[in-house]
Amino acid sequence: MIPGSFDYSAPSSLEEAISLLQQHGDDAKILSGGHSLIPMMKLRLASPAHVIDINRIPDLDYIKEEDGVLRIGALVREADLEESELIRSKYPIIYEATKLIADPSVRNVATLAGNLAHGDAANDHPAVMLALGAELVATGPNGSRTIAIGDFFQGFFTTALEVNEILTEIRIPSPAANSSGTYLKLERKVGDYATAGIALQLALGPQAVCESAGIGLTNVGDMPIKAIAAEQSLVGKTLNDEHMKHAAELASDASDPMPDLRGSAEYKKNMVRVLTYRALKQVVEKILS
Amino acid sequence: MHSITVTVNGQAYTKEVEARLLLVHFIRDVLALTGTHIGCDTSNCGACTILINGRSVKSCTQFAVQADGKEITTVEGMAGEALHPIQEGFKEEHGLQCGFCTPGMIMRASDLLSKNPNPSEEEIRWAISGNLCRCTGYNNIVKAIKYAASKMTEEVVES
Ligand SMILES: Cc1cc2nc3c(=O)[nH]c(=O)nc-3n(C[C@H](O)[C@H](O)[C@H](O)COP(=O)(O)OP(=O)(O)OC[C@H]3O[C@@H](n4cnc5c(N)ncnc54)[C@H](O)[C@@H]3O)c2cc1C
Ligand code: FES
Ligand code: FES
Repeated sequence: MIPGSFDYSAPSSLEEAISLLQQHGDDAKILSGGHSLIPMMKLRLASPAHVIDINRIPDLDYIKEEDGVLRIGALVREADLEESELIRSKYPIIYEATKLIADPSVRNVATLAGNLAHGDAANDHPAVMLALGAELVATGPNGSRTIAIGDFFQGFFTTALEVNEILTEIRIPSPAANSSGTYLKLERKVGDYATAGIALQLALGPQAVCESAGIGLTNVGDMPIKAIAAEQSLVGKTLNDEHMKHAAELASDASDPMPDLRGSAEYKKNMVRVLTYRALKQVVEKILS
Repeated sequence: MHSITVTVNGQAYTKEVEARLLLVHFIRDVLALTGTHIGCDTSNCGACTILINGRSVKSCTQFAVQADGKEITTVEGMAGEALHPIQEGFKEEHGLQCGFCTPGMIMRASDLLSKNPNPSEEEIRWAISGNLCRCTGYNNIVKAIKYAASKMTEEVVES
């Protein structure tokens, strides 16, 4: 499979990349890891006239925590997240999701920013970022703006990024004390897209009362889903079995899956319930232990 | 057309390429290095795995222009005067039957062992999870990589 012809540029600065985007508008596509874009170009589902390769832009590959915020640059690869001691120790939800994405060779190249910017409900990081309450930095001709992750996904493969904007940074609030998270993914085989996936981040206060809850769902709707009713049902409660089961039902209600080769809609909704309950039990146990 | 310079197995090549030329086609058709195979052509099977600056990459899902200025290693670059320990492992442990997946497996194993010189069986199985083999049932591939790991750690101790 060979993609259609296109013009290629590899700018060495963000300014240059943005001016190319401005010049070419809808005809241009950003290339980062290329592991969603190139397959689509090979299938001719995408035929951009211009490909703007951002991989030569320096200083976009940082993972750092400062002033209570984790900042991840646009060119951080999945493998960088997997190998980062900071991510492994302090952000288990990101580490666990990353390990389940594709395979090591894909992860050597694929980026977190690309995974989000692609706007695919089947990708795993959107749910994780919804659970963590991330903010995304979009940089365009008029400078940078931040977009709350809850406003980022707008529909089937549609995000809040403008055509002349580049997703430059992902910002995640550092987890409070007594908090933790997990990512559970049901997959047919290792490296497959999720049949259903759930991302959970919890913070508990004194007497194990739930202070905050973030729940994101993967591949059970036409876009990544934040299970808001389920989250709200947990806050202020001491998390007993009944509350967990109730939240799991609400998360399942928030899903709206399509039947496909991975299973019927009913099966997938049921799996959201099972995975949410399992995640809640695991994370509460992890925090209290 | 774009002029790119790529170092492959230690030798620098400067070539004019179309932007849409896939790296795997550059390696096989332009450089005539046919050890790198094309299996699925959809980044699922790993037959086309090569190293770019030491890290394993599926070359069917990269454009040749992206590799400008980079160091590439293909299976042809593994052996010196003797077989590379990973190749020797595949030979000794019967890690191949038809051999179609083998170059990709070897390159993937090379990336794994550079980061984790003494992987457990489970780590090896996770590490080759993006490389499919239709023949061996994987057990001998895992043994081959184990063989290479011990041989390579011995060599480090000796030197
Ligand atoms: C075999 C295989 C299995 C996979 N399995 C999984 C899986 O299990 N889970 C999962 O989550 N993903 C999976 N993926 C997808 C993979 O993680 C992709 O790499 C990811 O979706 C896109 O990231 P990328 O860096 O490769 O982006 P690209 O492919 O380069 O870009 C994707 C899209 O986002 C745009 N874009 C990229 N970066 C930016 C940016 N900084 N600013 C603005 N727009 C941008 C591009 O223009 C393009 O439209 C798999 C891919 C393959 C090939
Ligand atoms: S040919 Fe590249 S992964 Fe199968
Ligand atoms: S030996 Fe035949 S595919 Fe692996």
